[in-house]
Amino acid sequence: MKRVLTLAALVLAAGSHTTSASAQTAAKAPDPALVDAYMKSTFGKAPPEWQARIEPDETLKTCNAYHNEVPSAEADKITARELARVVYPADGKFLGNWKEGAKIANNGRGGQFSDPPDTVAGGNCYACHQMEQKEVSYGTLGPSLTNYGKDRKYDPQEIKNAFTKVYDSQAMFACSNMPRFGVNKVLSEQQIKDIVAFLFDPESPVNK
Amino acid sequence: MRKTVIRSAAAAILVLCAGSFGSHAQDASEKEIERYREMISDPMSNPGYLAVDRGEALWSEARGTKNVSLETCNLGLGAGKLEGAFAQLPRYFADADKVMDLEQRLLWCMQNIQGLDTKDVIARRFSGPGRASDMEDLVAYIANKSNGMKIDIPLSHPKEQEMVAVGEALFYRRGGVNDFSCATCHADDGKRIRLQGLPNFSKPGKPAQETMGGWPTYRVSQGALRTMQHRLWDCFRQQRWPVPEYGSDVITALTSFLQKQAVAGELNVPSIKR
Ligand code: HEC
Ligand code: HEC
Repeated sequence: MKRVLTLAALVLAAGSHTTSASAQTAAKAPDPALVDAYMKSTFGKAPPEWQARIEPDETLKTCNAYHNEVPSAEADKITARELARVVYPADGKFLGNWKEGAKIANNGRGGQFSDPPDTVAGGNCYACHQMEQKEVSYGTLGPSLTNYGKDRKYDPQEIKNAFTKVYDSQAMFACSNMPRFGVNKVLSEQQIKDIVAFLFDPESPVNK
Repeated sequence: MRKTVIRSAAAAILVLCAGSFGSHAQDASEKEIERYREMISDPMSNPGYLAVDRGEALWSEARGTKNVSLETCNLGLGAGKLEGAFAQLPRYFADADKVMDLEQRLLWCMQNIQGLDTKDVIARRFSGPGRASDMEDLVAYIANKSNGMKIDIPLSHPKEQEMVAVGEALFYRRGGVNDFSCATCHADDGKRIRLQGLPNFSKPGKPAQETMGGWPTYRVSQGALRTMQHRLWDCFRQQRWPVPEYGSDVITALTSFLQKQAVAGELNVPSIKR
């Protein structure tokens, strides 16, 4: 995102006729209809429900066009749009059972064409994040979340933010690489509460 | 003789892989395999070379309604010329008016030169226990004929340029229940998912060169020779996308894009990987 802005500034300063970074991106990208034709040749035989999953929504269309490095005006549109999609618990409670949350964080199943259709999907958080200290098999695509609740003094606003983040990562960070678990119906409200408890319960090994 | 050497080598790798995949164990076995890989840079003991031998026999076997071999198939450098052909694929073929990767091209030659019904060949596109794959064997044989050569795909034809441009767009195209694209996992240096290292393909250079210079490969964890078609099929699975059609244009576009990032990388195949 920053890079695009710097680039735009440079282009303007140089007095080029290119008016913005978005114009550059658009000029280079192939015609969307052409890309769709390729998509059809490779995925056209997949069941309609599967094809619907790879149809980008407005937000993903923007992320795709900018290779995720969106300028700030576009970023603001995305976070506003995505925030409006977050459904908060009717009972106002954000914390579930951290022990269940621990299982969900560790479960990477669900959504793959090799999964049986009745597979209960997990959050797969360890694919990208360090969480409890003693689990050494963690990925590094996202930041470490060890001591997440403790470091935030178990602040209620931070707890709500974490619920928002897991429900829809892009409500807080446009074009985040993190999945939108609630919006995409990968995790239920209860599962997200359990995950938030895994991050924020003082008894959770994340905070030990 | 060669077979026994290979078999014991394969057995040793299997032992390495069969161990617990607890994270420490995996880390350790990763190192072991690395050491092992160096040890068996001797082609005589890489099980992938069995596929090369089978591929050589298939290449010259008369088949199809026309009962001829593939030996007049033009892979881009002239009829039957194999040396260096793989290093320059995918490329545009005027007779098919299409940019093709090696597997698409082989299917085309089977259909048009041999008059072979490729249904069975496609059904066996990925080998399994007791099921050999003609495609894997042929790719192993043909790719091996580019060893020591540098990846250098032609980009002068407009359709070749289109392939790479679409491949790049597809690399960044997000979707599926997790909003993943190739770039989610392959656009940063030094990242890993769980414990598996993720090469960065978003820019030209070493990670792309070393990766593309090592496919096709003998995959120890699967006990089989695999081609880029299988690798991308597996990545689409992890990406939570639908099953990609074998030998179809999205795979070729992505392969063209990866090859462009890998230009000047040296081929040494079949390699051996986890
Ligand atoms: C594909 C990788 C990926 C997966 C899977 C993933 N995340 Fe993330 N996550 C990220 C990235 C990248 C960031 C940093 C950018 C951002 O804030 O969006 C992040 C940020 C976060 C943050 C904010 C951290 C901060 O700086 O305060 C939280 C909390 C979080 N993730 C929780 C989770 C939880 C819980 C799960 C599992 C349900 C999860 N993530 C799954 C990639 C991932
Ligand atoms: C969810 C993460 C993820 C996504 C999305 C993903 N991959 Fe991968 N990719 C992996 C992993 C894990 C490996 C295996 C690395 C290993 O074996 O050490 C891999 C390996 C590869 C390799 C072989 C690397 C090597 O060293 O031999 C290529 C090429 C590749 N991916 C390309 C792609 C392309 C193109 C896409 C988009 C269609 C894609 N990947 C999407 C996770 C992913």
